[in-house]
Amino acid sequence: MTRAVTLVSYDEALARYEPVIGLETHVELGTVTKMFCGCPTVFGAQPNSAVCPVCLGLPGSLPVASRAAIEYTIRIGLALNCSIASWCRFARKNYFYPDMPKDFQISQYDEPLCTDGWLDIAVGEQRVRIGIERVHLEEDTGKSLHVGGATGRIHGADYSLVDYNRAGIPLVEVVTKPIPGTGALAPEVARAYVTELRELLRALSVSDVRMEEGSLRCDVNTSIAPAGAGSWGTRTETKNVNSLRSVERAVRFEIQRQAAVLDAGGKIMQETRHFHEDTGTTTAGRSKEEAQDYRYFPEPDLVPVAPSPQWVAQLRADLPELPAARRGRLQADWGLSDLDMTALRNADALDLVEQTVAAGASAADARKWWLGELARRANETGTELAALPVTPAQVARVTELVTSGTLNDKLARQVLDLIVAGEGEPDEIVAARGLAVVSDDSALTAAVDAAITGHPEIAAKIREGKTTAAGALVGAVMKATRGQADATRARELILQRLS
Amino acid sequence: MSTARSTELTGLTAAQVAAAVAAGEVSAVEVTAAHLDRIAAVDSQVRAFLHVAADEALAAARAVDDRRAAGEPLGPLAGVPLALKDVFTTTDMPTTAGSRILEGWRPPYDATITRRLRRAGVVLLGKTNMDEFAMGSSTENSAFGPSHNPWDLARVPGGSSGGSAAAVTACEAPLAMGTDTGGSIRQPAAVCGIVGVKPTYGGSSRYGLIAFASSLDTPGPLARNVLDAALLHEAISGHDPRDSTSVDAPVPPVVAAARQADVAGLRVGVVTELGGEGYQPGVLARFGEAVELLESLGAKIVEVSCPHFTYALPAYYLIAPSECSSNLARFDAMRYGLRVGDDGSLSADEVMSLTRAAGFGPEVKRRIILGTYALSSGYYDAYYGKAQQVRTLICRDFDAAFEQVDVLVSPTTPTTAFAIGERADDPMAMYLADLCTIPSDLAGNAALSVPCGLAPEDGLPVGLQVMAPALGDDRLYRVAAAVEAALERRWGGPLLGQAKGLAAPPGRGEASGTGEAGGIGR
Repeated sequence: MTRAVTLVSYDEALARYEPVIGLETHVELGTVTKMFCGCPTVFGAQPNSAVCPVCLGLPGSLPVASRAAIEYTIRIGLALNCSIASWCRFARKNYFYPDMPKDFQISQYDEPLCTDGWLDIAVGEQRVRIGIERVHLEEDTGKSLHVGGATGRIHGADYSLVDYNRAGIPLVEVVTKPIPGTGALAPEVARAYVTELRELLRALSVSDVRMEEGSLRCDVNTSIAPAGAGSWGTRTETKNVNSLRSVERAVRFEIQRQAAVLDAGGKIMQETRHFHEDTGTTTAGRSKEEAQDYRYFPEPDLVPVAPSPQWVAQLRADLPELPAARRGRLQADWGLSDLDMTALRNADALDLVEQTVAAGASAADARKWWLGELARRANETGTELAALPVTPAQVARVTELVTSGTLNDKLARQVLDLIVAGEGEPDEIVAARGLAVVSDDSALTAAVDAAITGHPEIAAKIREGKTTAAGALVGAVMKATRGQADATRARELILQRLS
Repeated sequence: MSTARSTELTGLTAAQVAAAVAAGEVSAVEVTAAHLDRIAAVDSQVRAFLHVAADEALAAARAVDDRRAAGEPLGPLAGVPLALKDVFTTTDMPTTAGSRILEGWRPPYDATITRRLRRAGVVLLGKTNMDEFAMGSSTENSAFGPSHNPWDLARVPGGSSGGSAAAVTACEAPLAMGTDTGGSIRQPAAVCGIVGVKPTYGGSSRYGLIAFASSLDTPGPLARNVLDAALLHEAISGHDPRDSTSVDAPVPPVVAAARQADVAGLRVGVVTELGGEGYQPGVLARFGEAVELLESLGAKIVEVSCPHFTYALPAYYLIAPSECSSNLARFDAMRYGLRVGDDGSLSADEVMSLTRAAGFGPEVKRRIILGTYALSSGYYDAYYGKAQQVRTLICRDFDAAFEQVDVLVSPTTPTTAFAIGERADDPMAMYLADLCTIPSDLAGNAALSVPCGLAPEDGLPVGLQVMAPALGDDRLYRVAAAVEAALERRWGGPLLGQAKGLAAPPGRGEASGTGEAGGIGR
C-alpha cells in the first residue's frame, strides 16, 4: 500500500503553481448535555456509561433538540459575521457504520443555521479575510476501538469495541469558502485561521477546543493550479488533522505532492486523504467514485428550528469581546510591540499575562516572567504554560516583591521554582527559606569590609576616584552573601567607606 | 369465578368495566382473569397475540384493586384490560414489531403510551400481532404468521394493527392500541366491525413507538364502541416533551363529544374521489345509507371534490418507504436483536448484511429498496421531492374542503375483509386497501372508522370513515357516536351483537349473522 512519493520542493512548487485551500472544522460544543437527549457530555468516562435509549438510537426513541446547542451555534455564527437562518431544518445523513447508533447522523444539509460570514486573520504583516461558507449543527458519532492487529485500524484487527459516550454530543461544523491567492503563505494561513477560530471559540466559551482530545478537528482541502491559469485544480480533502502544526504540514505536503503529480503529467484525484502525524505525509483514502450517497432528507422526527429575531438580537448583544478586538486593546494598554504580542499568543500566555496584570503586576514584568522563566520551565517539563502549578496572582506577588526590593531577579527565579515545586505562597517561601534581599546595613557592613580588605588593589582604585571599579567589590559581596545582598545598598556602602 | 360470570365480563364495554371496578362490583383481577381465560379459549384460532403477559397483567390488576381498597381515586379506565400493539416498547414484555430482527429484544424503557396506560391503571394483557414494522394491511407480513378475522377465520383482520383489531373483536380485550401510518388502525377496525381512530398527528406521542414512517405514524385507540375509543383516546393524549412533533395544545374534548352524539346542523362533505369504480357494491351501498342516515339526523350533506386525493397512494408509497429506509437502518446487529454470521471471520459489514437479509421479510425489504432509491442522489427531486409536493396539494385540498364543511366522510376501505393469501403476492392490490385512509395520514389530520353495517354480498362489516381538521378530533366522535346510536336503535344492539364466528358475543356461540345490519335502510 505504501508507495514512495516523490515530492517537488516547496519553493519550486510555489514557483509553478498557485494553491487554493479550504478548511472544515468540527467543534464539539461544551454544552452540559448531549444534542438530542439529557445525557452528560463527558470526556474519558467509563465506556458506555453516559448513554440512554435516545443516544443509543434504540428502536422507538426520538431526538429532542437541545436549545443550548442551537444557542451556541448561533453565537458562533454571529461571532463569524454570518447570517442566521430564520427557519431551517435538520437533515438525516444516511450511511452504515457500527459507531453510529441509528446508522444515520442527524446533521444539516441545505439549510444550515448560519451562512456567509468571515473571519479576519493575520500572517506576519499580511491580513487575510477568510470567507465562512456555513456553520451548521450536527451530532457526533461513537468511537470505535480496534483491538489486535498492528495498526490500530479496522483492517487486521481481531475485534472492535464501540463506546457510545461521544454519540450525540453536539458538533458544530465551520466551513470556509475556498481561500485563493495566499501563495506560499497557504500553509501558514491555514494554521493562522484555525488558531484564530480556536481563540474565538474559547472566547465564546462554547467549547474547550482541545485538539488533542478531539474536541476540535480539522479537514483540510487543498488544490493547486498552474500559476496564471485562472482556474482552480481538483481538490483533495485531508481528514482529521489534529494539531495546529499538522494543519500547516498537511497543506505544505499536499502542495508538494500535487505539484509532483502534475509535473509528471498526472491528474489529481478528487479523494479524501489521511494525514500521518509521524511522517507528516498523506495517503489516499476514498475516491469520489467510492463516495457514499448519503441520501440526505429533512429529519422528520424534529421540528424546524426558527430562532426569533429578538432572540438572535439578544445573543448578538451578549457576545463577549472577541479575540482580535481584545488583542488590540491589550496591546495598546500594555504598550507591547507586534512581535511581543505574537510571542504571547504563540505561547498561549495572553490570558495569563492579563490576569497577572489584573493582580497588580506591570505588563512588562508579567510578560517577562511568563515568557521567560515560566515558559522555560513549561518547556522543560513538557506542559502547557497554563497547566503549570503557579497562578497569575502568585506571579504578580513575586513581581511586587522584586519592585519593593525584597527580592532580586535571581531570588525571584528561586521563589518561582519553589512555588512550582509546591512549597506554597511567595511570602511563605521567602520567610521559610530566608530568601529576602539583605539590605540591613549591620549585616552588610561586615561583608563590605571583608570585600575591601580582600581586594586592596581595587579599593585603592576606587579611592583614586575610579568608582566604576566598585562593581567588582559588589560582586564579591553578593558572592559572600549567596546573592541575598541588596546590591544597590552594598554599592552605596562601599563608596561611603572608600570616599 | 363461574364461566357465566367470566363470559359476561368479557362482553362488557371498557366504560362498564371501569364503572364496575370503581363501584367494587367486580375486582380488576376478576376482569383480567376473565379476559385471560377468553384469550386461552380463542386465541389459538384468532392469533391476535404475540405475547400474553398473564402474571404481569394480574399484578397490575391487583395494584388497581389495592388502590381502590386504600380509597385512592381511580381514573376512568382503571382496571380495564388492553391489548397493546407489539410496536410500543414495554420493559416487562418483548417488543418485536412483528419482525424476526427484533426477536428476543427486551426494551430497557417504556413507550410514553405504555407509561400513560400503566399510570391510568389500564391492565396490559400482552402484545398483539402486526404486519412487520407496520408495513401491510392484513398481518400477513408478520414474521410470526397472520392473525385471523374473528368474523371469518379464513379472512384477514386487516392491518397493520390487525392483532389489536382481532383481539377487541373477539372480546379478548375491550380496548386495544394500534398505530396508523396509512390506515393501519382504521382499515382493520373497518374490516373487523369495530371503532378505530387515528388522532391528529402529534396528538399522541410516538416516543417508544418503533418507527415505520416518522412523519405519518400516529398511535390511536381501537374499541367496540365510540365512547370506549374516546376514553382511551383521552387517556393517551397530550403533549410529550420527549417527542418534538408532539402537539403542545389542549386535548380535544373527545369524551364529551362522544357523549354529545349530535350532528344537527353539522356540515358533512362526501368526498367525490373516494368511491365509484373499484369499490365493492355492498361497501358503497352501506356507505350511501350512512350518509342518508346522517342527513336524517340533521346533518347538512355536501359533495366535495378533493382532486389530488387520486395521487395520495403513489405519494404515500414514496414518502413512507423513504422514511422507513432510514428508520430501519439501525437494525444492524451491532447492539440488539438478531445477529447472523458472527463467527469471528466476517466483518461488521458482512454481519450487518447477513442479519438484515435474514431478519427482514420481503415486504420490508421491498419498501427499504423503494425508499433508498427514491432518496438517491439524482432521483430525489423526481420521487421524494415530488411526493412531498403532492402531499402539500393534498393538505390544500383538505383545507379547501374544511372551509365548506365540518367533517368529510367516505368508506373506510374499498372492500370488506379479503381472504388470507388472496393478495399476498400482489402488493398493488394490497396497497389499495388503504386508498381512502392515506389522505388523512399525509395531511396529519384526524380520522376515524365506525361500523355502518354488513355488505350484503359477503355479510362482512363495512366501515364509515369520518375525517376532521387537525385538532378537530372531537368532531369525529360527535359524528361517529350519532351514527352508532342511530344504527344500534335500528339494529336493536351493536353490530357485533349480530356477528358470527368468534366475533359473536362470548357465550352466544355461533350467531346467525343475518341480523338487521344486513340492511339498515329498511
